[in-house]
Amino acid sequence: MISFDRVSKRYEEGHDALREISVSIEQDELVFLTGHSGAGKSTLLRLIMLMDRPTRGQLIVDGQNLAAVGARGVPQHRRNIGVVFQNHQLLFDRPVFDNVALPLIIAGYDHREVGRRVRAALDKVGLLNRERAMPVTLSGGEQQRVGIARAVVGKPKILLADEPTGNLDPALSGEIMQLFEDFNQVGVTVLIASHDLVLISRLHHRIITLRQGRLVTGTTQ
Amino acid sequence: MIGRREAGRRPEGASQSRADLRDQYHAWIRHHRLSAADSLFRVLDNPVSSVLTWLVIGIALALPVGLNVALDNVSRLSASWDSPAQISLFLQGGISVEKARQLEIELGEREDVTETQFISQEEALQEFSALSGFADVLASLEDNPLPNLVLISPADNLAGSEVAALRADLQGYPEVDQAVLDMEWLQRLNSLMELSRRLVLAVGGLLVAGVVLILGNTIRLAIESRRDEIVIVKLVGGSNAFVRRPFLYTGLWYGVGGGVVAAVLVALSLWLLREPVGNLALLYQSAFELRGLGIMGAMNLVILGGLLGLAGAWLAVTRHLAGIEPR
Repeated sequence: MISFDRVSKRYEEGHDALREISVSIEQDELVFLTGHSGAGKSTLLRLIMLMDRPTRGQLIVDGQNLAAVGARGVPQHRRNIGVVFQNHQLLFDRPVFDNVALPLIIAGYDHREVGRRVRAALDKVGLLNRERAMPVTLSGGEQQRVGIARAVVGKPKILLADEPTGNLDPALSGEIMQLFEDFNQVGVTVLIASHDLVLISRLHHRIITLRQGRLVTGTTQ
Repeated sequence: MIGRREAGRRPEGASQSRADLRDQYHAWIRHHRLSAADSLFRVLDNPVSSVLTWLVIGIALALPVGLNVALDNVSRLSASWDSPAQISLFLQGGISVEKARQLEIELGEREDVTETQFISQEEALQEFSALSGFADVLASLEDNPLPNLVLISPADNLAGSEVAALRADLQGYPEVDQAVLDMEWLQRLNSLMELSRRLVLAVGGLLVAGVVLILGNTIRLAIESRRDEIVIVKLVGGSNAFVRRPFLYTGLWYGVGGGVVAAVLVALSLWLLREPVGNLALLYQSAFELRGLGIMGAMNLVILGGLLGLAGAWLAVTRHLAGIEPR
């Protein structure tokens, strides 16, 4: 589903964020991506999202060589990927419902379909009764769950998460991880960047470790 | 429905392409409706700043449009003076009244002349002394200093240059001392009008450019204030066109509102001027009435406002939106 072939990323100021990364993630897999901050976790996710382009190497996502995706194809590419951010990235002037509906509005679903899908996604993350609430009135864990509902509402094939439990206590973090495992169960490829080793080593999934832009462990399943 | 959409997500599904196109079209229309409504809601949600923007645009548009309406009225007024152009033939001193009358009849038979009128030097003197109030002075003169006069009305269908040619022709008669076309003041008025029209055009062009820039700046501020939102929308797959749309509609609403304000301002000033102009016209025994923009003119003004709004918004989004990318 996601395949890196000798991918390097060097930023303009000369810093090598990723060096010769070759790794493959199959469909139905849930993979953790770990390493110290600055090891290249975020860069790797950014390459998959096409927020950045590799300097060298080939990156194939869902059968599509990303080098062949032009600037006009980027939005369409991102619609196939759900993303969860550490800082949630919610629209704070809109209620929960509108936040979750955003990917569907962009994809152009009609409002009945939007309502149905948004409620299904909110139900899944346990926030069905908060659809009219404004994000500021929610706790950190609830905001993160709104972010997850938004990421999965468009039924993406791939779900990326960048430090999704970064600001949460262990109990809440466990619940969030359980949600990701549930989505993985129904066939979504999940890639989670996290430095919470205690939490992720308990969960028995493949762990890819990066150190200074190099891949240390987790090349194969 | 869902299955078709899912299948349509990848370009491989050739058999899906027509349904896909129709879906895309509906999605496009839907988002336009949504953007238009959302932008209008945002504009109305900030009544004070929106009204200020509308007023600025309205005043900037009303100024050239109002001047133009005024010029139209003046040119309508002067058009009614245009036809009775007259050529005055001042005859040579030695010509007798009989010969002068003969000339008058001869000229009256020309095709390019509709009417002639002979005014003898005595009649002219009487009229002059009656009107000027110099009766005593004139009575003390031994000789009548005024010449015999024939007034010629050119045919109605003659153009300005043909009238001038007629004058030159009449000047060539041996009995004629001087042929004067009483149209110079009209020509002066017309060139003055032409000058004013160009000035209005220049001022209008500047103000229109100003409106576009003001709107561009307003939209730029709107873009800045929604920067985070734009980043998020782009992160979850919003295209540039998707992000651009609400701002273009915002520009449209500001422009349309400004056009309405301008139309109201012009109508208001004409309404204020109507009575004094009517009184003035009455003093000149004229039935002249001010003519305003009319429904079509007002509609055009609103449409012009909308187009300028779109132009300003376009200026802002092309300059500022592309630079906002998720970091």
